[in-house]
Amino acid sequence: MSLLSVRDLTVKFAMRDQTVTALNGISFDLAKGERLGIVGESGAGKSITGFSLMNLLSRPGYIDSGKILFEGEDVVQMNDKRLRNLRGNRMAMIFQDPMVTLNPVLTIGQQMIETLMAHRKLSREEARQIAIVKLREVYIPSPEERLEQYPHELSGGMRQRIIIAIALLLDPQLIIADEPTTALDVTIQADIMELMLELCQSNQVGLILITHDLGVVSQMTERTLVMYAGRIIESGRTREIINDPQHPYTQGLINALPQQTVPGQRLKQIPGNMPGLASIPAGCAFNPRCKYATDLCRSRVPEIVQYGEVAVACHEVQRLHSDEDRQEARA
Amino acid sequence: MSDAKTGRPLLEIRNLEKRFDLDHGFLETLKFRKGKIVRESRSVHAVNNISLEARKGEALCVVGESGCGKSTVARLVAGLLTPTAGEIHYGGQRIDNLSRGGMQPLRKKIQMIFQNPYASLNPRMTIRQALEEPVRHHYPSASAAEVRDKVTEVMLSVGVDPSWAKRYPHEFSGGQRQRIAIARALTVDPEFIIADEPISALDVSIQAQVLNLMLEAKESRGLTYLFITHDLSVVEHFGTRVAVLYLGSVCEVADTATLFSNPKHPYTRALLSAVPQLKDDRPNHIRLKGEIPTPINLPKGCPFQSRCAFADARCKSEKPKAIHQPDGSMVACHAVEEDRLDAVAAG
Amino acid sequence: MSTETLNPKSEPSRWSKIWNSNMGYSFRRNPVAVVSMIVFLLIALASFLAPVIAPYDPYDPAQIDIMNSEYPPAWVSGSLPEFVLGTDDQGRDLWSTILYGTRLSLLIGICAVALQAFLGISIGLIAGYVGGRLDSLLMRLADIQLSFSTLMVAIIFLAVTQAMFGTDTFNKYAVVFLIAVIGVAEWPQYARTVRATVLAEKKKEYVDSARVLGFGPMRIMVRHILPNSLSPIFVISTVQVANAIISEASLSFLGLGMPPSQPSLGSLISSGFDYIFSGSWWITAIPGVVLVVLVLVINLLGDWMRDVLNPKLYKG
Repeated sequence: MSLLSVRDLTVKFAMRDQTVTALNGISFDLAKGERLGIVGESGAGKSITGFSLMNLLSRPGYIDSGKILFEGEDVVQMNDKRLRNLRGNRMAMIFQDPMVTLNPVLTIGQQMIETLMAHRKLSREEARQIAIVKLREVYIPSPEERLEQYPHELSGGMRQRIIIAIALLLDPQLIIADEPTTALDVTIQADIMELMLELCQSNQVGLILITHDLGVVSQMTERTLVMYAGRIIESGRTREIINDPQHPYTQGLINALPQQTVPGQRLKQIPGNMPGLASIPAGCAFNPRCKYATDLCRSRVPEIVQYGEVAVACHEVQRLHSDEDRQEARA
Repeated sequence: MSDAKTGRPLLEIRNLEKRFDLDHGFLETLKFRKGKIVRESRSVHAVNNISLEARKGEALCVVGESGCGKSTVARLVAGLLTPTAGEIHYGGQRIDNLSRGGMQPLRKKIQMIFQNPYASLNPRMTIRQALEEPVRHHYPSASAAEVRDKVTEVMLSVGVDPSWAKRYPHEFSGGQRQRIAIARALTVDPEFIIADEPISALDVSIQAQVLNLMLEAKESRGLTYLFITHDLSVVEHFGTRVAVLYLGSVCEVADTATLFSNPKHPYTRALLSAVPQLKDDRPNHIRLKGEIPTPINLPKGCPFQSRCAFADARCKSEKPKAIHQPDGSMVACHAVEEDRLDAVAAG
Repeated sequence: MSTETLNPKSEPSRWSKIWNSNMGYSFRRNPVAVVSMIVFLLIALASFLAPVIAPYDPYDPAQIDIMNSEYPPAWVSGSLPEFVLGTDDQGRDLWSTILYGTRLSLLIGICAVALQAFLGISIGLIAGYVGGRLDSLLMRLADIQLSFSTLMVAIIFLAVTQAMFGTDTFNKYAVVFLIAVIGVAEWPQYARTVRATVLAEKKKEYVDSARVLGFGPMRIMVRHILPNSLSPIFVISTVQVANAIISEASLSFLGLGMPPSQPSLGSLISSGFDYIFSGSWWITAIPGVVLVVLVLVINLLGDWMRDVLNPKLYKG
């Protein structure tokens, strides 16, 4: 049985004049201990997916329909008490900005010990010992001293480590990380990524990594979902998606990276912008920016179909592929 | 290119230093103190003795992690900050001590593009107002029609539809705003552009658009860039030369191709190895110990010593000078100078 | 090159832009704000059209008959039908006098706030933008000014001027004196708020961008920073108009404001106060109610505006 199973999740936002659909029929599964990447640009709905999984959406956003089965139980239907038990305990979340998660007026120790004592029947001393163990796991030097410190006394990389330690505090089954390394410097980012990878592998913890950075996804995850304008447009094994993307958007995204072009040459850009939620075009949402778009693309939303190793939502994937083959043959 | 190499560089930075006084509150209020520093106060050593030069037609990239002083360098060159010590020369003229009036003619030549397109356009001005204002200011004799023609021409050249001119910035996406910000800088026909992380606030597919736009402008207008970024893959693509900064000091300056094929400074090597790669799994990430120290009251010696695997007694006591290497790069590292790096790696 | 296009909608008019803006929307959705606005507009309109609406001219001695004094309002027995709200102690029609009085109160309130705003915004902008010693000097001045109560300053100033110029001259220019003293006494409110906003705006990149383009400090302050600091200015202005009206009423009540021959709401309340125990409650009570309603609706509008324009909630 899979750890998490999302079926036809639809999230809407009640705006002033109209209701917009932020997530449109999202379905995916996550096996125990699996690492999944959700990639997309801002406005694609990747962060909203993360929030929905913990049922953390606040007004004006709401889950319109769909199921989120976590260990067989529907998160959407849970009452507040069960949700509290779920959050932090079995599912934890890591945000981009550590200062959002850490309370600036409490010491690290207070925050960790309170969390432990709220969820487990532990004495203060036992909780303290667990906190120290967890800090050690994330390679924080002299954890006893850190417990007495306030968040602002620590560096950015150290704070993000502590956030990870707090996320792991109650041995959750799943960690949802929303751009966990975006605010960090490259050298620190590499360390944090290694740390997360190691912890997930050794503890058999599932990871949903939400990011815009294809490089990070490529190094951290086994499977990847690519999102565009509130839908999943491509999903499959990360290696397959990076090496042989099928959807024109995924291709465009990967080809647009500077590494993909000879220095000094024009980058292969995708024209245009991601549409706003209120103005998603009819048919395939990507059609105005897509060079393969046909009348069918402009009128009907493509179904997700299995194509080779990946599932892709594109009417023209067949033609696109033969096109590429022809190009390759000529070259 | 060969012609440009013989002449004087367009921009010359000599022994530039900038310290921010900590005990007087926010950094921003400090520039009005004209670098007056009280002895006993702590100060942030944002830029320490940096010397750089950019030749005409070049894209000089300044790379580094947060707190390395790269943005301070950009703001010093743009005249938004006054240096504590050192000199900045542009086209043979010293510019860091000019009055506002004396700076006026150079304002047309040196322009700046900022990181955050959501903050760099005045939210209460329409696009037309924002673009016409600099033209009117620098060409007071231009007629209304001339101003309008100039603005339309620039808008077309950056791919902004002139019919958007009546709208306000909040009606545009980040990428479109960055185009408009670039257009605003181009309205005065500059020859030198300082770009402070111009694409790091944008989405991947939009980054490519803006980078292409800047490359086009470079070719069609013969621009010279000072490009500030933390993203090495952009540097490799965009830059002709790269300066790597660490804690306000230059570690290594080299041609882009040289730097990426043969990085010498231990920090440069670590930085290059840390970039998340797309295709292969991480080849050999060089782990740095610890984190970047605060730039307050810097220790003497090499600024990188606390995290460097090759640091020895000399590194702790003597600050390395930038030394010319056979392949044309400049490296400030005792270990490189003494040829210790590869010996350790081999042994 | 890019193929981006925006849908070429026809340009909406200025009014429909305001109506559809965040502010317009929250206004429509807030019944308290709508009612307050309607009441305020009614009061303002009626008072500024006083010469047209009012059946009598309370400033014209020829129309005043002392024999008509202290008639009660129309719904109380013993009233005269031509005096709807009754008459005051001098025989003036209370309805007309209130209309004229409200006009004076509003005029003094708005002009005094305009003066405060002018002083406060200029000083706040300069202090915030230039910074350094000038900033410290101006803000210490503001602190000193704030440590005096407005009423105390006003009472001393008005008492001295009254003694200097004599009551007749003072009465002639009472409006000007009131505007000046209320205006000068409360500029620090503006100066502090504007300075704080300027300090926040000054850090934004559009100000750097303007400096790199070589614009002068005057242009940057007025064209770039000021338009982006308007939200808090609107909020304080509303509250300050209410405060100024109250200050004026208090001063007039104490006999240091508008003379009885040209009564504002405050001096009307004051002049009726002597008769309140002799049964003529209406001379004090009715202008009092008008004053309370006027100040209340302005404050309610201010509250609503603060909610909407709160920079923490408002995403520009």
